[in-house]
Amino acid sequence: MTLVVRDVSRTFSSGNGEPVVALTNVSFSVSDKEFICILGPSGCGKTTVLRIIAGLESVSSGSILLNGVPVTRPCPKMAMIFQEYSLFPWRTVEENIAFGLELRGVKKPDRLSIEEKYLDLVGLKGFEHRFPYELSGGMRQRVAVARALAIEPSILLMDEPFGALDAQTRNRMQHELLHIWEKTQKTILFVTHSVDEAVFLADRIVVMTHRPGKIKEIVTIPGTRPRDRTSEEFGQVRRHLLDMIREESDPIQ
Amino acid sequence: MTRRLGLVLPILLIIAWEVVAIIVNNPFFLPKPEAVIPVLLSPFSDILGTGSLVDNAVVSIERVILGFGIAAAVAIPLGIGMGRFAVLNDFFDVTLELLRPIPPLAWVPLALAWFKIGIVSIVFVIFIGAVFPILLNTVDGVRGVKNTWVEVGTTLGASERQILSKVILPGAAPTIWTGLRVGFGIAWMCVVAAEILPGPTSGLGYLIMYAYNLGQINVIIAGIIVIGLIGLTIDQGFKAVEKRWFGWRRLER
Repeated sequence: MTLVVRDVSRTFSSGNGEPVVALTNVSFSVSDKEFICILGPSGCGKTTVLRIIAGLESVSSGSILLNGVPVTRPCPKMAMIFQEYSLFPWRTVEENIAFGLELRGVKKPDRLSIEEKYLDLVGLKGFEHRFPYELSGGMRQRVAVARALAIEPSILLMDEPFGALDAQTRNRMQHELLHIWEKTQKTILFVTHSVDEAVFLADRIVVMTHRPGKIKEIVTIPGTRPRDRTSEEFGQVRRHLLDMIREESDPIQ
Repeated sequence: MTRRLGLVLPILLIIAWEVVAIIVNNPFFLPKPEAVIPVLLSPFSDILGTGSLVDNAVVSIERVILGFGIAAAVAIPLGIGMGRFAVLNDFFDVTLELLRPIPPLAWVPLALAWFKIGIVSIVFVIFIGAVFPILLNTVDGVRGVKNTWVEVGTTLGASERQILSKVILPGAAPTIWTGLRVGFGIAWMCVVAAEILPGPTSGLGYLIMYAYNLGQINVIIAGIIVIGLIGLTIDQGFKAVEKRWFGWRRLER
């Protein structure tokens, strides 16, 4: 399974009719079971890249190739996990996880074992009959992860999934995501604006520049996991990335 | 406690009614509660040759259900279409906004001219009364469905039809239900008003108008009380369903 983002550009028309260039010539490739973070300041178009890969938005030029086949619409080999509030509030945890299977017409008894498997994987056993409003932010994102995994995609696309969580929960979710990644052997594309998060999670980090969004550098993170956030090695990579991001950020911010 | 407190005023009003009735001492102006209660306590006995309270209530309820049912059958699909597709909204919006401020009862003469005296005219007026609140709430409800939910559906492989049945409809259901509740309340008002107007020979509205012609003020009051109680009961029914099925909306953070 390889995913190739080739020369992708995207221009939006703004409110006053003037074109806004969101992305120019974004190219990178993702190999099987790789963990890629897309890192950049807000407004750099990193979410747009992810949405284009997911087939939710179109390109102005360029293409997305999954095993050599162009992707222009959502495809079941990829599942997206959104920032927040993506659960269906009228469905229980179990029914949320089952959603994708239901769409495919998988019968209830057959769904059950898959539901249980992923409920267990994200550590939510015992919560199957709860509704989203009864869950904390972290638990909701676990459900969102389980719901995405349940359709058994090869790639997970994650759009700042932990952005709305408090620092402790966020750290814990990062650990668990790595655990899930190792266990399920998925390829992950993870959008974040947190340098710390990217360095902790990624095999490679795609660093993007401010508007118009393009790739500044692709950084390979050395070292084995679990990574020690306080190590010198970690600190060096962080410093390098922070400097890059600082150059790119709006001077006013 | 608040419920018990709420009962104080009705009791005081009944006492005041009794006192005023004694002072006025004219059953053709204000009969005593003792003259009204027997009418209410024998709902199955014939009143002034027009059938019993129950008979007339059943007739009114049937008419309302018919008019309301047709209104819902038109307004919900149309509202979903208008909420989801801007082009449908643009096509219908102006016309509907022109028709909406016309009070349902203003249609009565035209209804009589078109459909003659009879059930069709009454149902038509009820339809006009109920259709707008259901339509507007449906449009609102569909627009209130979070785009993220639709995108989750799409990325998990939902077809346009599944998006409609499994995302849009359940997501908009609480608001549509509110529209139905409001619509039913208006439909109930319309049926009574339409029955008071010339033509019908049955129904609660006809009964109280007929009682007026015979100077039976106690029957008028009994009729009004029954009209109120039926309206209240149905509204409570709508509320109970709302609480049981659509609790998620209120509780969602």
